[in-house]
Amino acid sequence: MPPQIAIEPLGDRALVVKRVEVSDHSDTKAMADMAELLRAAEASWLIDIIPAMDTLTVVYDPLAILQRVSDGLMVSNAGEAIAEDRRTMRRSGAEAGIGDGWGSPYVAAELEIRRLLAAAAGNRTLKPRTVEVPVHYGGIDGPDLQQAAKRSGLSEEAFIELHTSVEYEVAMIGFMPGFPYLTGLPRELFQPRLISPRHRVPAGSVGIGGGQTGVYPLETPGGWRLIGRTQVRLFDPARNEPSLLRAGDKLRFVRIDRRDLEAEEDMS
Amino acid sequence: MSLRVEKPGLHTTVQDLGRAGWRKDALAEGGAMDRYALRVANLLVGNDEGAAGLELTLVGPVLVAETDMLLAVCGAYMTPQVNGDELPMWRPFWVAAGARLSFGAAVDGCRAYVAVAGGGILTAPVLGSRSTDTRAGIGGIAGRALRAADVLPCGSRDAAPAWRAATPSWSRRNGWAAPGWFAPPVAYGGGAADGIELRAMPGAEFGRLREAARSALFRERFTVAPASDRMGVRLTGPPVEFEDVAEMLSHGVVPGTVQVPHGGAPIVLAADCQTTGGYPKAAQVITADLALLAQAKPGDIIRFREVSLSEAQRIYIALERSMTELAAGIQLRLTQNR
Repeated sequence: MPPQIAIEPLGDRALVVKRVEVSDHSDTKAMADMAELLRAAEASWLIDIIPAMDTLTVVYDPLAILQRVSDGLMVSNAGEAIAEDRRTMRRSGAEAGIGDGWGSPYVAAELEIRRLLAAAAGNRTLKPRTVEVPVHYGGIDGPDLQQAAKRSGLSEEAFIELHTSVEYEVAMIGFMPGFPYLTGLPRELFQPRLISPRHRVPAGSVGIGGGQTGVYPLETPGGWRLIGRTQVRLFDPARNEPSLLRAGDKLRFVRIDRRDLEAEEDMS
Repeated sequence: MSLRVEKPGLHTTVQDLGRAGWRKDALAEGGAMDRYALRVANLLVGNDEGAAGLELTLVGPVLVAETDMLLAVCGAYMTPQVNGDELPMWRPFWVAAGARLSFGAAVDGCRAYVAVAGGGILTAPVLGSRSTDTRAGIGGIAGRALRAADVLPCGSRDAAPAWRAATPSWSRRNGWAAPGWFAPPVAYGGGAADGIELRAMPGAEFGRLREAARSALFRERFTVAPASDRMGVRLTGPPVEFEDVAEMLSHGVVPGTVQVPHGGAPIVLAADCQTTGGYPKAAQVITADLALLAQAKPGDIIRFREVSLSEAQRIYIALERSMTELAAGIQLRLTQNR
């Protein structure tokens, strides 16, 4: 069954795909899967895709999609459907006074996305992976660990044990290149954000902000409590897929000592 | 060919038309803030419109041509000079090796663009683009703004047919030459009391704005705040408040999205904006007017005028068609040897 979706415009060259009637709330990778299916179609008019938690934003080229319509290249499983679509597009195009009667770029993009998603509904999607992230907790790598543990009423040891005991899930990649929004942080470990953010958080820093934990992929200003640091590169422009993670992946933090962190630093 | 940076200016970066396609990894599209000015500058020197050039911000650099070269400058007026003479904008110009290009503070507009014939600035592309993304630390020179003594590799004379065709007929003096023709310059209207008009569509959460905010958004004037940068243009003015401040899950945003954080001061997202955000969206500036947004400097006045999606797309298509005509016109001038 093709997914039930609603589509609305985001300006004149992007649109937002929303899933309606989400029956399974645990399915965090549904939007990322849709993004992969659309990417695989390699459509000339499709510029970029942003999968988020319950939406998918598609950036398209209004001229390229009009060209595709006027060339008669729109893919369709049903001739009747495309004839109806064209009537719709001509109508909306005539209202807009654009496209030489061929229609509105937005309407064309919406129809084509619905068609691509319906056609790809049975296709295989990427399997979630489980990624281990080795972390040195505390010390200069985790300057806020001591205070955070105290706030949670735990020893540093118990705090680290709890943080490493959970399998987190990547809900989406956003905020900065390669940054994973992780779900699954135990409530006992929640921490308030810093009142005044640090000007400089080193790349690889592992932090907690509110009810979320995560890893800063790049050096940046930041307001999360820093509890450790990893050498794993969450974003690397030299890789084929620059982001290490994608929505649906599982992540485990593994405790290492400082010597191992330094050894990894020497290797990289 | 190469350009040497004698003084870097306030924030001078290498930019092309961006690296779309990596937003799934939360990498910004980036690229020139004023794509129109960069595209015209490239066309004027016979480049592909998407070649990498320099983006100058508020205060321009001093550059030295280490070889003979053909250049063009479009965008903000920064009292540009070539070897001490007034540098003609919106047209190609040839300089002899050793020529000194100097720029002052922006008088009209905020960003100027320098294009170099023969393929533009040839720093190494990263993920399909030479654009500098200072946040990700990639593109341009080491992912940062230019510094004094940087040397920028530029395209070759062999790759610049327009150069051979056009420049011999231009009269040379003081180490430079330019033709009498030019592309239509743009006036940005910064500093004017009635401000810069940006056409915009109501955003997805427009209906959740308070009634006063709904009428204020498309009627009142906003001022560009000093904290504005390539990620977003921050505005001060009448508060743009929502009826409810229900938390939203992070969702996709694009350049032109007018986000309103708690507090009611809108931010118009720009080329280097985050890929996702959690704030409600009051409006969306049309693509054709992002060039004007790029030229709004701190203190300038901005007004929004409401347009529909159909109007916005009609304007987009009309602009792209006029670009095709402009490109053909420039090509004719360059090859007619005038």
